Amino acid sequence: MDNRDLDTVGRIFNIQRFSVHDGPGIRTIVFLKGCAFRCRWCCNPESQSFEIETMNMDGKIKTEGKDVTVREVMDTVIKDRPYYRRSGGGLTLSGGESLLQPEFAVALLRTAKNNGISTAMESTGFASFDVIERFLPYLDLYLMDIKHINSQKHKEFIGKPNELVLENAKKIAQKAKKLIIRVPVIPTFNDTKEEIREIAEFASKLENVDEIHLLPYHRLGADKYRWLGRKYLMEDIVPPDNEKMQELKRVAESTGLKCQIGG
Amino acid sequence: MSIQDFERIPKSDRIDRLKENLFKKMPVIEADRAVLLTESYKQTEGLPIVERRAKAFRNICENIPITIRDEELIVGSATIAPRGCQVFPEYSFEWLESEFDTVATRKADPFYISEETKDTLRKVYPYWKGKTSSDLASSYMADETKIAMAHSIFTPGNYFYNGVGHITVLYDKVIEKGFSGIIQEAKAELEKCDVSDADYAKKTSFLNAAIESMETAITYAKRYSKLASEMAQKETNETRKKELLKISENCKNVPEKGAETFYEACQSFWFVQMLIQMEGSGHSISPGRFDQYMYPYYKKDIDRGNITNEFAQELIDCVWVKLNDLNKVRDAASAEGFAGYSLFQNLIAGGQTIDGLDATNELSFMCIYASMHVLLPQPSFSIRVWNGSPLEFLIKAAELTRTGVGLPAYYNDEIIIPALLNRGLTMEEARDYNIIGCVEPQKAGKTDGWHDAAFFNMCRVLELTFNNGMDKGELVGIKTGDVSDFKTFDEFYDAYKKQMNYQIKLLVNADNSIDVAHSVRCPLPFLSSMVDDCFKRGKTVQEGGAVYNFTGPQGFGIANMADSLYAIKKLVFEQKKLTLAEFKEALDNNYGRTSDNIDAEKLTTEIVKQLASSGKEVNEKVIEDVYKEVAKYNVDLGKKEKYDALLEMIDSLPKFGNDIDDVDSFARDVAYTYTKPLEKYKNPRGGMFQAGLYPVSANVPLGASTGATPDGRLAGKPVADGVSPSSGKDVNGPTASANSVARLDHFIASNGTLFNMKFHPSALEGRTGLENFVALIRAYFDQKGMHMQFNVVSRETLKDAQLHPENYKTLVVRVAGYSALFTTLSKSLQDDIINRTEQRGF
Repeated sequence: MDNRDLDTVGRIFNIQRFSVHDGPGIRTIVFLKGCAFRCRWCCNPESQSFEIETMNMDGKIKTEGKDVTVREVMDTVIKDRPYYRRSGGGLTLSGGESLLQPEFAVALLRTAKNNGISTAMESTGFASFDVIERFLPYLDLYLMDIKHINSQKHKEFIGKPNELVLENAKKIAQKAKKLIIRVPVIPTFNDTKEEIREIAEFASKLENVDEIHLLPYHRLGADKYRWLGRKYLMEDIVPPDNEKMQELKRVAESTGLKCQIGG
Repeated sequence: MSIQDFERIPKSDRIDRLKENLFKKMPVIEADRAVLLTESYKQTEGLPIVERRAKAFRNICENIPITIRDEELIVGSATIAPRGCQVFPEYSFEWLESEFDTVATRKADPFYISEETKDTLRKVYPYWKGKTSSDLASSYMADETKIAMAHSIFTPGNYFYNGVGHITVLYDKVIEKGFSGIIQEAKAELEKCDVSDADYAKKTSFLNAAIESMETAITYAKRYSKLASEMAQKETNETRKKELLKISENCKNVPEKGAETFYEACQSFWFVQMLIQMEGSGHSISPGRFDQYMYPYYKKDIDRGNITNEFAQELIDCVWVKLNDLNKVRDAASAEGFAGYSLFQNLIAGGQTIDGLDATNELSFMCIYASMHVLLPQPSFSIRVWNGSPLEFLIKAAELTRTGVGLPAYYNDEIIIPALLNRGLTMEEARDYNIIGCVEPQKAGKTDGWHDAAFFNMCRVLELTFNNGMDKGELVGIKTGDVSDFKTFDEFYDAYKKQMNYQIKLLVNADNSIDVAHSVRCPLPFLSSMVDDCFKRGKTVQEGGAVYNFTGPQGFGIANMADSLYAIKKLVFEQKKLTLAEFKEALDNNYGRTSDNIDAEKLTTEIVKQLASSGKEVNEKVIEDVYKEVAKYNVDLGKKEKYDALLEMIDSLPKFGNDIDDVDSFARDVAYTYTKPLEKYKNPRGGMFQAGLYPVSANVPLGASTGATPDGRLAGKPVADGVSPSSGKDVNGPTASANSVARLDHFIASNGTLFNMKFHPSALEGRTGLENFVALIRAYFDQKGMHMQFNVVSRETLKDAQLHPENYKTLVVRVAGYSALFTTLSKSLQDDIINRTEQRGF
């Protein structure tokens, strides 16, 4: 095993085992800290800043963010190998945005692959393609968010325009082993039939892409904003009901893609 | 040949009506059996006990009132009232007499008892004074054993007060040959006896009793045949009339003769199942591999076009309902330990044939569907899992799990088979295993496993170690030294092992005393006619007639013990944060959290409120004075701070259940302190002791009599359940928890281990959820875990968790990739999750 890979240091804020919603099978998710986007609905607001933060959980102080080596992360990831084997699961990188810590993330993915563990990554695709290209040989599945086709609205709710995302999506589609497009369905942002159709149509035109996931908005991260001393801007937003999601699923499927609700 | 999948068959309307009828009223205690038993016993005073038992069985079965319930297809009821129970004064009776007036109102498993029944029983009971198996067992026990029991180190209460049960008989043989065939075998064995044989007297006496018991079973069935035919004559509904005539014909044929049809096979099975529980009061009479021994009859009928799958399913469903018609009243304390009126009639599907091929057949699937249709606790339904189990079979089982009924339990062939080989079974026998009661594996028809022989509380032994063998002013253990004597952890650990070895010896004495008492006072000739090699050996099961004889008492508190000893090792001997004597003091004072202390705070608040409302000035000084006054008799405040600091230190230590090698390996070693010493002891039936690691539900009531433990557990709180981690201490999710538990040595605990997991239905949602769930089980089993069972929480449970968060500290909910402890979420988020559950249903 490559010791340089094992000794590579990165910043994470959580390792979640028995995750069954982000990629196939039973998976371990490593959450990397730091993201270029500031999505208003983000359920992991502690993931956004690269800086180590403290969260005041109603009196209980918790430090968010920790510098770890690939070796340390793999010690945990490897523990659930029997579950990956039986379920077709593996390691998923999430965040934050792994593309912002390429040395660490690529070393981690490469080590996992060397250990026979299947890999996936949830990513915004918001980075120079040179960087993304370094990841692709070690990724079995790229789970890429496309949140909106309108760059203006994208910028308004997320803080960055979407041109780079859409451009990278086309390139990733050509080179990744498998790419699945994911859309967080956020009321007041992108939950109309037209908006979902636009995204689905874009996705359906990507090479080798045949699957899209619609992830219904949920407010399970709301408490964390308070704990971080931040304001949660989505307080009044109600999660879309099942009927609504089914309707949007039909819209997405009309483009010829397979569609599932939830990861 | 094994099948990969078999489509679900719809439920007949009849099943819901049978269920409704069964559960209309509170279960009732009936006195008929006790009266008939006593009447017979009075007439047979001079005869050998085994013959007296056979004659009493005859008197009961010939005269006890019988009934056929509305719409039943499978008949035979032990009581007139649905779900009623008979009583068994030959085992013990004092407890019921003393609970006559509370048994209907108690919280755990109440039973209605009429004044008339009470009077009848009061007339019967004087005869039994001094004559019960319990009385005899008590007289055999050593004084020190009685002291240990009085101090709740262990409790063999189950068999001390009741029959043993815990067996799977040769159902296949009765169904195939009928009792007339087995009577021929017994007669042939009698022919072989020579008057000069050393065992002539005992053997012939037993064989004659067995023959009489089997004839009694035939007579009993014929009473039903007659009743059904009489009812048919009066019946105006043509459909029901036909059904009753069919029932009458069935009961005329079986169990006397071998079954010709699947329907007869079901009826024959049922008579065996219920009559065993008429003869003796033991529970966990386990049907075992129903899908295997019933299969030839199903197959024959299907091949000949004599039966539809729909009717076969309806019959199986009827058997399932009937298994819930049997009931048993236990004493108040035992009722808490076995809460839920459970009879633990374990029925298992799937697994391997004796040749090591996959055994899954149509009936294996239909058994799953029956449990889905009936959704009742009986049978305790189990699934055998091995590397060759068809995926769809496990997926269907997972669908049953998802209903939230708590069934099935999953068992790992890949560990149980080698564990049984290690106990001397042949490969074919081991492959043919089934489960008794909760989790206890054995070979049907050849084993008297005495599986539920006692509950042994490992935490109490730790208390004895801290107190140099003393408990509440009495010497209960042995002298192993004062806490200040131990210079190293190993010295302390050795002392603990010595205390364990001593208590295990006493446990063996208790079990063996009870064992002998059963053989002397309550041999069971009917049961023994369906277990090998009773005929050849000329002995009942209770006297050692079975091929394999074990005694399996349960140790529990592994997780608490592992965490406790780990805390002592780290804090006292490695980090030197406190002395062992200081630790002892903290435990003696329940970490300053005696119930009195908690009351002191509450009481202070109330007094202060009253003072304020009566117009007195209340300031901090006043509050402090009041508190000091109230808390005067409790731990002083300075010490409480010290204890709080200690609890925090304990809390920050790694705990069993989090996939941390250091502490998990330690737990494995701690489990050996119970499982290994036990193996060297023998029972009076010629077999050995083997450990189990599970407490049924006794971890709650027995935790109540356990003082504070060094893992931070407060006095009186429940002890950890089974081999599961301590409640709330496993915080790294189900895979971590399972990995830790798999690190225990399950091979040696061949009387069974029990691992409970709680799930939110979202984890089993959709096809993917089911597949991941099956993968979780398989991966735990790959790592040599033995057993797994699941509670899938319902929406109601979540609502209850909102009201009583203290009971649901570890309830993890997983929604959309974010997982959290349910009780730590805010109310609105909890509501979100509850509503999602409702939306998605199951």
